[in-house]
Amino acid sequence: MTTANQNANLANSERYRNNFLKEVEANVEEGHMVKMCMQCGVCAGSCPLGNAWEHSPQKIFMMIRAGKRDEVLGSDSMFMCTSCYNCMVRCPRQLPITHIMHGLANYAHRLGLAPKGQPTRDFATLFWNNAIKKGRVNELTLTLRHYFRGGLVSGIKEALGMQSIGLGLLLAKRLNPMEIFGGHGVKDLKGFHAIIAKAKEIEDRKKGFTA
Amino acid sequence: MAKKEYAFYPGCSSQLKASASNYLVSTNSMCKTLDIKLTEIPDWNCCGASVGYCEGGELPRIAINARNFAQAETHLPGQDIVATCAACWLSARESKERLDGSAQLLKETNEALAAAGLHYNGGANVRHMVEVLIEDFGYDGLKAPMKKSLEGLKIAGYVGCQTNRPFGIDGESFENPMYLDKMVETLGGEALSKYEQKVTCCGGALAFSEPEKSQKQIRDIVESAYDHGAEMIVTPCPLCQANVEVYQSEINKKQGTKFNMPVVYYSQLMTVAYGGSAKDAALDGQLIRAEKLEKIAGK
Repeated sequence: MTTANQNANLANSERYRNNFLKEVEANVEEGHMVKMCMQCGVCAGSCPLGNAWEHSPQKIFMMIRAGKRDEVLGSDSMFMCTSCYNCMVRCPRQLPITHIMHGLANYAHRLGLAPKGQPTRDFATLFWNNAIKKGRVNELTLTLRHYFRGGLVSGIKEALGMQSIGLGLLLAKRLNPMEIFGGHGVKDLKGFHAIIAKAKEIEDRKKGFTA
Repeated sequence: MAKKEYAFYPGCSSQLKASASNYLVSTNSMCKTLDIKLTEIPDWNCCGASVGYCEGGELPRIAINARNFAQAETHLPGQDIVATCAACWLSARESKERLDGSAQLLKETNEALAAAGLHYNGGANVRHMVEVLIEDFGYDGLKAPMKKSLEGLKIAGYVGCQTNRPFGIDGESFENPMYLDKMVETLGGEALSKYEQKVTCCGGALAFSEPEKSQKQIRDIVESAYDHGAEMIVTPCPLCQANVEVYQSEINKKQGTKFNMPVVYYSQLMTVAYGGSAKDAALDGQLIRAEKLEKIAGK
């Protein structure tokens, strides 16, 4: 955990002491809707990864109200979200559950409390950094970086395991080896990066991330 | 002048030699027949996709979508923004609804856009290509230019998640949307309307990060298509297409199945029905060849 993470974490946990719901409402995307949950459990039964997580959205929302800050922000459940929006369209109270789960994942990630090495946390970080580097996703470098995340040996093994698929995509003109040298991107990269930097600055200020 | 004009947002996967380049090629062929003029939003950028939330956060994600809106408003005024990718459509439309609903968010977003000399006025409408086809042309309008029937083709309509939830196509249910089946029937094919994995999630980005969990989903989706006698699956989403097609060989390897189910886009079916060649429909872009469709295209 970096010092900036730690400072933000300490400052926010101190500021909202004993009221984690308030902290979520103030800092988590769509967090103001958490209190609308009536604990019916439809979300829990609607999730395609229901057998994979420890806490359903329903549980997470009750844990927030019960002040279980460490347990919520340390849960891997939010990273199991495939963004299928099943929970969201079925919620009888119309909570934007998917967005709240995304928001909680982002908050936990930014505070450095999200589970370390969680594969989707790592992949999502890789994805965003890849997309904003040139303004468009570079599918080749994204895939290679993902395979080689655990080092050279495991990377070669994983990439070899997928080589028939890679070759198939290449022959189908759906993979471009030349992307390694740059590939697609936006022309006004400077402006694109300036927009993201400014947006991040505003968001960090509001959510107490600035150290 | 073309019958209809739209500001086109192809998205990262629908670029030349990207994973959904076959979607792009067939969309262009389909639009040519329907006299639709698609003009790319100048210098468009990535929408952030479904996994952008973790590192990207809220405002940066909304701001990059607003950058596309601002570009469309300035350079293609009055035209609806049309996305072919489900995730692009969802991210863009979600961003737009948030911006429409909050003056504060709009102010902050414009503060960010100003860093690149841009401004978003809230004008552009965000739509999916399927909405354009159904709402602006209608099933009869889609039938009119048909040159060949897809008669005899048994097709499982796999709608997936993000063209269905949370927005979906107007008038359709989230649990059992019928539009893809209706499109197949319009083209003369046999829609397997009892296919029960129609709106099952393929695992999305987790196909990369949690392959076992995603492949469990994909197995259900493909297996059910076989159970219903499907000869191919059709989908409107590039990630659904890639996940469901590409990982069949992995599932075969690990689980001893013998999956070999073609997964095509609606735009490929339409291109063939409109008399296009296999090349026009980018059927050479399939990992699992859609031989029956190629045969009709070659007739």
